[in-house]
Amino acid sequence: MTGFVQTQSIDARTAPLDARRSLFRVLFGDVLSTVSTLAILFAVIALAPKLVSWGLLNGIWAGEGTQCTGAGACWAFLRAKYPFILFGIYPPGQYWRPVALIVIFIGLTLYSLPPKNWKTSTLWAWVIGTVVALALMAGGVPGLEAVPTDSWGGLPVTLILTVLSLGLGFPLAIALALGRQSELKAVKYICVAVIEGIRGLPLLSLLFIVSILLPLMLPDGLKIDKLLRALVAMTVFSAAYLAEVLRGGLQGLHNGQGEAADALSLSWWSKTRLIILPQAISNVIPPLTNTVVVMVKNTSLVLIVGLYDLLSAGRAALADPAWPAPFAETYGFIALIYFIICFSITRYTHWIERQNLFGVNR
Amino acid sequence: MAFIELSGVNKWYGQYHALRDVSLSVDKGERIVICGPSGSGKSTLIRCINALEGHHQGTISVGGTALTSDIKTVEGVRKSVGMVFQSFNLFPHLTILQNCTLAPIHVKKMKKAEAEDLAMSLLERVRIGEQALKYPGQLSGGQQQRVAIARALCMQPDVMLFDEPTSALDAEMVKEVLDIMVDLAGSGMTMLCVTHEMGFARQVADRVVFMDAGQIIEMNTPDAFFRAPQHERTRQFLSQILH
Repeated sequence: MTGFVQTQSIDARTAPLDARRSLFRVLFGDVLSTVSTLAILFAVIALAPKLVSWGLLNGIWAGEGTQCTGAGACWAFLRAKYPFILFGIYPPGQYWRPVALIVIFIGLTLYSLPPKNWKTSTLWAWVIGTVVALALMAGGVPGLEAVPTDSWGGLPVTLILTVLSLGLGFPLAIALALGRQSELKAVKYICVAVIEGIRGLPLLSLLFIVSILLPLMLPDGLKIDKLLRALVAMTVFSAAYLAEVLRGGLQGLHNGQGEAADALSLSWWSKTRLIILPQAISNVIPPLTNTVVVMVKNTSLVLIVGLYDLLSAGRAALADPAWPAPFAETYGFIALIYFIICFSITRYTHWIERQNLFGVNR
Repeated sequence: MAFIELSGVNKWYGQYHALRDVSLSVDKGERIVICGPSGSGKSTLIRCINALEGHHQGTISVGGTALTSDIKTVEGVRKSVGMVFQSFNLFPHLTILQNCTLAPIHVKKMKKAEAEDLAMSLLERVRIGEQALKYPGQLSGGQQQRVAIARALCMQPDVMLFDEPTSALDAEMVKEVLDIMVDLAGSGMTMLCVTHEMGFARQVADRVVFMDAGQIIEMNTPDAFFRAPQHERTRQFLSQILH
């Protein structure tokens, strides 16, 4: 073998074109891709005309229930009923109040998305915003007519259940996840029992238990609000699931992190709050947002205990005898709202995964 | 009385007898290097001194305080004992500066500005001041270990424990960390270092401790230790690592 010495350093060059994937190659790059692309194209071409004629050409866009004959989509129904679907039986003159709640919740959510806003003041903004939004919905002060929770409905109920069950469930989940790792056996086994007990029940049965059995067990005269009961059930449910996600984050943490904190003489609480939890939580952001998506959709189950969330308000709207009950249009509309919420969360998850938190690509 | 006093310390992992009747006293300002084959108990020994591991028999006292399982006693001892780990263990979600100010602020209740001044002066001392606002993940291993040393020094400890501080480093980075440790030794800091860097031991140690199978086999000045090891096991070990 002869020796070799590099005399000139090689500069980095850009990759050649065929090292990258073009859209054409993705769609028609090999036999399987070509076949699936063509199959999907064919299906779209076959189905599109019917959909267009039903939804657009023969669709009824305005008018009364009698004009919807069934030939096309009855968009007029949504036009007449969308306030009812969105706000349920809330007094029509007071719609600005549920609108305010929706604006507050969506505004706070948008503000909380970028990691630079993850701070204590944001948490306080949520607490204050939620109290104000709920106070607006309930009213009962001079100048603001009281509206009992029995009259709340639609999107606000869906948002309230989602936000509060997750917001109250999260601290509970942290306590459960930490408790599960406790060296105190009693604490550990109580937490395991709570988590596994709740995870072993379908949400539906949990809603029944809290909504029907709980009032029976309470002393006479003590009544708990129906919405509050459903909220309790959903909160413990989300807490149990979030706790298991957090456990993954805690277990994924290198031992050395806790040891370094111990060696610096940090107390257990400082160590947990400043070192362990921030890392454990940011490690499980994708599965956490996944749980959020599941909980958004789980709220629709409260119709079983007589609450008017978005889905049950839609069903109630369909019961109007003046209209021919256009199921597809109504459920399509509701599905669209759920989709927008859930798809946004999914896109956010993708975005947050690409952020280099802590200056490192993960 | 010596600053650190271990007497008849025993420790088990399950049935495994990890430390066997270990006695060692270290005076203020002394530099001790502990060496030995892996699994010999050297890391366990220094981890017992700041109670990262509990011991089962014998007594350990630091600065006159006997270690018990009482959390306040343990936290008190830890305040005066700094530790540097093999895998650095910087907090990845905090900047270099925040890594250094965390304990002074939350343990010593120091004002933020004061803690930052202290941290900056120590980061300068380990020659890394210009990286203060970066995150650990953006630094090389050698730089991270120097930050870890500065972080421990920010608590103004009486003793520094080093648990194989250069073992996880590329050869190119070992020297930059050893230079800092030599510098620290020169300042009169009491140090206990578990390390395989025999050059470092020769240069700064007052005593070299050789351990095997959970016991202290031999302990002597570096000169005597390397020139004329007494125990057969020591000679065997030294012939393996010194070529």
